[in-house]
Amino acid sequence: MSTAANEIQAFTEQEYKYGFITDIETDSVPAGLNEDVIRLISAKKQEPQFMLDWRLKAYRNWLKMQEPAWANVRYPAIDYQGIVYYSAPKAAGGNQPKSLADVDPELLRTYEKLGIPLKEQELFAGVAVDAVFDSVSVATTFKHKLNDMGIIFCSFSEAVREHPELIEKYLGSVVPYTDNFFAALNSAVFSDGSFCYVPKGVRCPMELSTYFRINAKDTGQFERTLIIADEGAYVSYLEGCTAPIRDTNQLHAAVVELVAHDNAQIKYSTVQNWYPGDKQGKGGIYNFVTKRGKCAGVNSKISWTQLETGSAITWKYPSCILMGDNSVGEFYSVAVANNYQQADTGTKMIHIGKNTRSTIVSKGISAGHGQNSYRGMVKILPGAENARNYSQCDSMLLGNQCGAHTFPYLEVKNHTAQVEHEASVSRIGEDQIFYCRQRGISTEDAVSMIVNGFCKQVFRELPMEFAVEAQRLLNVSLEGSVG
Amino acid sequence: MLLEIKNLQARVADKPILKGIDLAVNAGEVHAIMGPNGSGKSTLAQVLAGRDVYAVTGGEVLYQGQNLLAMKPEERASAGIFLAFQYPVEIPGVSNMYFLRAALNAQRKYRGLEELDAMDFLALVKEKAKLLGLDEALLSRPVNEGFSGGEKKRNEIFQMAVLEPRLAVLDETDSGLDIDALRAVAAGINTMRAPDRGMIVVTHYQRLLSYVVPDFVHVMHNGRIVRSGGKDLALELEKQGYAWLEEQAAVGS
Repeated sequence: MSTAANEIQAFTEQEYKYGFITDIETDSVPAGLNEDVIRLISAKKQEPQFMLDWRLKAYRNWLKMQEPAWANVRYPAIDYQGIVYYSAPKAAGGNQPKSLADVDPELLRTYEKLGIPLKEQELFAGVAVDAVFDSVSVATTFKHKLNDMGIIFCSFSEAVREHPELIEKYLGSVVPYTDNFFAALNSAVFSDGSFCYVPKGVRCPMELSTYFRINAKDTGQFERTLIIADEGAYVSYLEGCTAPIRDTNQLHAAVVELVAHDNAQIKYSTVQNWYPGDKQGKGGIYNFVTKRGKCAGVNSKISWTQLETGSAITWKYPSCILMGDNSVGEFYSVAVANNYQQADTGTKMIHIGKNTRSTIVSKGISAGHGQNSYRGMVKILPGAENARNYSQCDSMLLGNQCGAHTFPYLEVKNHTAQVEHEASVSRIGEDQIFYCRQRGISTEDAVSMIVNGFCKQVFRELPMEFAVEAQRLLNVSLEGSVG
Repeated sequence: MLLEIKNLQARVADKPILKGIDLAVNAGEVHAIMGPNGSGKSTLAQVLAGRDVYAVTGGEVLYQGQNLLAMKPEERASAGIFLAFQYPVEIPGVSNMYFLRAALNAQRKYRGLEELDAMDFLALVKEKAKLLGLDEALLSRPVNEGFSGGEKKRNEIFQMAVLEPRLAVLDETDSGLDIDALRAVAAGINTMRAPDRGMIVVTHYQRLLSYVVPDFVHVMHNGRIVRSGGKDLALELEKQGYAWLEEQAAVGS
């Protein structure tokens, strides 16, 4: 194993010992949203004037927008004036569990199945942990290493303070605040998130993940991520983790923007396992996310890989704008809808430059009463000579109460383009399960083997460690869905 | 005695298919079960493996003295019963190797043996592939996906070679094969003949039995074994066809 890999391993093994050193602030603002709240958020974060102006413009724009209704999901109306838009990171006390003994035993069983150590279980379950762990130095070592290479990797707030010129240049350059209702809301009120800049010609030597960042946890419901790969740079970024995370905020509206300059590559991998609600469909997170990457330069490449198992409702379309000639966009997705979960997810590939190529592989798994929709758009603009797209959408149904839906949109304005779309719907067959059992494999193991086989095309795009976790998570998510 | 079937009756939905089967198989013996389409041959094979679309309505089956019908399919497999499927099932995205290792280790675990690690398993699989003259490229391909008919059948025999069952039930393993594939499959089956292993070979045609010479031949008709004999019975059937069964049934009724 390379030194870097060793370090990463050592680092990830300790991940949750840090990242929770939070100054406990006690102040928060009352529920509701108006310009004063936005001014307050901006002031609390000591932001420069341009940020406040941008937030306010976003807010004024948001007021004129309508909540989208086109997605194939159903939920009661959200009271936007009932949300607290600025609250200090969760303080001890309140209704937080005091110890693991106070935590839902079912959640603990899930942690166990995922093999999560006890200390981390406390963090995930939101147990009030106030011990300051001693491994800040490890994180600092990594920061130094990245610093030496000129890579900036920090919280969004820190970036606004330390690198305002980069923020001003790139913020909203891929997802403008006018883009959609949830992106506008996020732009007005976002709390924090991640920022990464990889300079010209630099290949980031490790998988960057939010784990590496101190205080990455309580970034809250309106998270903002901005990643820039300058000419010839490469970065692989991991978001999320396999452990189910409880959160009292029901609405999550994050925005992720990626920018790849000439010959640059960004690989963005997500494992999303927010609380999906209980077996009757009560509770659960509404995950309304806008993720978009811009292949601004020639020969650039942006690749999205996601495993979506959590959230009551997922509304998410990680997309690529292929501006640079010969640029490449990829989208690999596994989305699971079990119990009463609803997922409406897919991608948009916008071909603008010549010889641009995109690949879409979407695997939807529906179980219980879950409803899973693939929604994808492939748009070939008039200047996109010789653009090519290949889309493959496969759905798998477990049980007979669930649903799979596919909504592909194709818009081709250049006759040299080649666009292919394949779709399939399958069911785990009784004959497949019997075949496995006849060889000695139990029904449960047979189901997980068949489902993992179905998802293999996507999992092999994930970084190795993540792929193993992803398989385990998938098994846990679907447990008991085939009787 | 390896397997003892007594007055076995089974139905699918409301339709009786097996109407009282008696059969005894000792270790080391090869029994051929022949008969026209719809006589219940494949049903018998599936019932022995534990497929639950068939409801057993009477009789009993003892496997190594145990009540086989009370065991789950995976328990039967782990106890040493192997069914070579007439229509081997495809499992996209799961490699043959991965599948077989999961199967072998599940069986070993059931028997209280240690699981084989990846290296030992690879060695075993290569040895068996060589023994059967199987193309190693087949090992890393997804289970049966995109396999030709012949490849699927050979893959079944290969799985049997790796899992080393005590009782192998081969369900129309010869169907859909050209003569070269038939020879290869038959050679594989013969390799697996052993004094401690019993085999039940279900087939419609005599031609497989020219290569895999059985110790006993049974003729099924309308859910019953209507005649049993030695290997010559197969030749007789080849000459006569199955029409005489209908006549006999007509006379009998």
